[in-house]
Amino acid sequence: MVDTTVDLCGITLDNPVIPASGTFGYGYEFAQLYDINILGTFSFKGTTKEPRFGNPTPRIAECTAGMINSVGLQNPGVEKVIAEELPRLKSCFSKKVMANVGGFSVDEYVYTAQRLDECDCVGWLEINISCPNVHGGGMSFGTSPSAAAQVTEAVKKRVRKPVIIKLSPNVTDIAAIAEACEAAGADGISLINTLLGMRIDLRTRKPVIANRKGGFSGEAIFPIALRMVNDAASRVKIPVIGIGGVASAENVIEMMLAGATAVEVGAANLVDPFACRDIINALPTVMQKYRIQSLKEIIGECVNG
Amino acid sequence: MKNGIFTITENKPLTHNIMLMRLRGDASACTRPGQFINIKIEGLFLRRPISVCDIKGDEITIIYKIVGAGTNRMSNMKVGDELDVLSGLGNGYDTSLSGDRPLLVGAGVGVPPLYLLAKKLTAEGKKVSAVLGFHDKSDVFFEKEFAEFCDLTVATSNGSHGKKGRVTDYMDTDYTYVYVCGPAAMLRSVYDKSKTSGQFSFEERMGCGFGACMGCSCKTKYGYKRICKDGPVLCKEEIIW
Repeated sequence: MVDTTVDLCGITLDNPVIPASGTFGYGYEFAQLYDINILGTFSFKGTTKEPRFGNPTPRIAECTAGMINSVGLQNPGVEKVIAEELPRLKSCFSKKVMANVGGFSVDEYVYTAQRLDECDCVGWLEINISCPNVHGGGMSFGTSPSAAAQVTEAVKKRVRKPVIIKLSPNVTDIAAIAEACEAAGADGISLINTLLGMRIDLRTRKPVIANRKGGFSGEAIFPIALRMVNDAASRVKIPVIGIGGVASAENVIEMMLAGATAVEVGAANLVDPFACRDIINALPTVMQKYRIQSLKEIIGECVNG
Repeated sequence: MKNGIFTITENKPLTHNIMLMRLRGDASACTRPGQFINIKIEGLFLRRPISVCDIKGDEITIIYKIVGAGTNRMSNMKVGDELDVLSGLGNGYDTSLSGDRPLLVGAGVGVPPLYLLAKKLTAEGKKVSAVLGFHDKSDVFFEKEFAEFCDLTVATSNGSHGKKGRVTDYMDTDYTYVYVCGPAAMLRSVYDKSKTSGQFSFEERMGCGFGACMGCSCKTKYGYKRICKDGPVLCKEEIIW
């Protein structure tokens, strides 16, 4: 028997597989297809203080081995999430869930994080300072070490649950941002959010995405994500969640060797709703193939220094 | 929604750019006309959502227009090829609201989902009429098939087949309800012209097709809806243009 469990900020996960925020809703669509309690956990749809419709459509563009989205943090707002979505979520998922928090100011991040911190089904707060699809907030906090530290510190002061800061790859030195978050008290970091990208329709000669550009994700970004996870894990001691183009059990193991304690699966869920189930089912066999007894033991084997 | 492997039993051209494909598999998740399936295509990242035209037992018929990379590949698929399909997606048309004389209005690739609807309404004992619009006589398909179930009017923009003009030119009849599918501009003009309540099927670029990604949201009078999951069919009363 192989051991797939990992410890994420003091909570044991049965396996390191976590559907990423924005690709799994609140879980119900997937719970109709399989028992989602097999997941390590999942990160639910990014939540902001106020309800948001998000960006105009079209919001989706296809790319080679990936896609661009420009949803723009559509969500019903934190009060409705707590009153309506979380009770339904609890009816199909009995483990601790990861609450993903978006915002446009430090105060908003703090408010939303505090409200979700009070929910007993929430195990971790994942603070998204890296959404490329909103203006005046979101990614602007994730592209400067001092702004990232400011959000981290303000949230940490007001919540009890582990705080994981989700980082943007649209920066020169992602490890510097990771270090700033760690110094400000973050319990973990997750990376990468999507890469800014664009497509143009040759027939209309206009951008495919109504908002012109959006976040690029999917298998194409896996090597970039892996490199950034490795950069960040080499410079911080707190757990790193590896995200970006993960679509197989082999990818999960590669991410963990690069330094990830757990792994989020994003775009793969949208094209194959069984992606996470299949990865989890394949993990033991793939571990045996590569003579891995325990996933915990391989975390960061390829971290430099 | 169900995920399953379907085998192609037929894939033939209906016009110069419209193809008909029949797929055999577990079709049990398709419960209403107006729903769609989402097809995985080797080498392309996103699935391709295509509306269901007909269901007979375990066989689904779809009709698609060759537009881009995905439908191009589909047009080259052979009988016996297997496809990974998510079936039974979307809300579909509700036939209980139709009254006894529903009118179906379709244009171009908006025509196919109305076929299964026409069959269902007829089976429910309703007197169905349909107005189908195409650009040119070379674009017309399924005329004979619809004529079996409906009092049918076909119109072409240039008058090369059937009546000349737009579908809205032939809606001055006596009907109890409208069911509509077609391009956005056509939906809007039918909405303005229609004298009764009705249901309109919308199209949008989709990520997942089953309600997870919020890629295809729209605003309605009753809040935000996902075209793929809460739609593609919206009631006339809730539409915001």
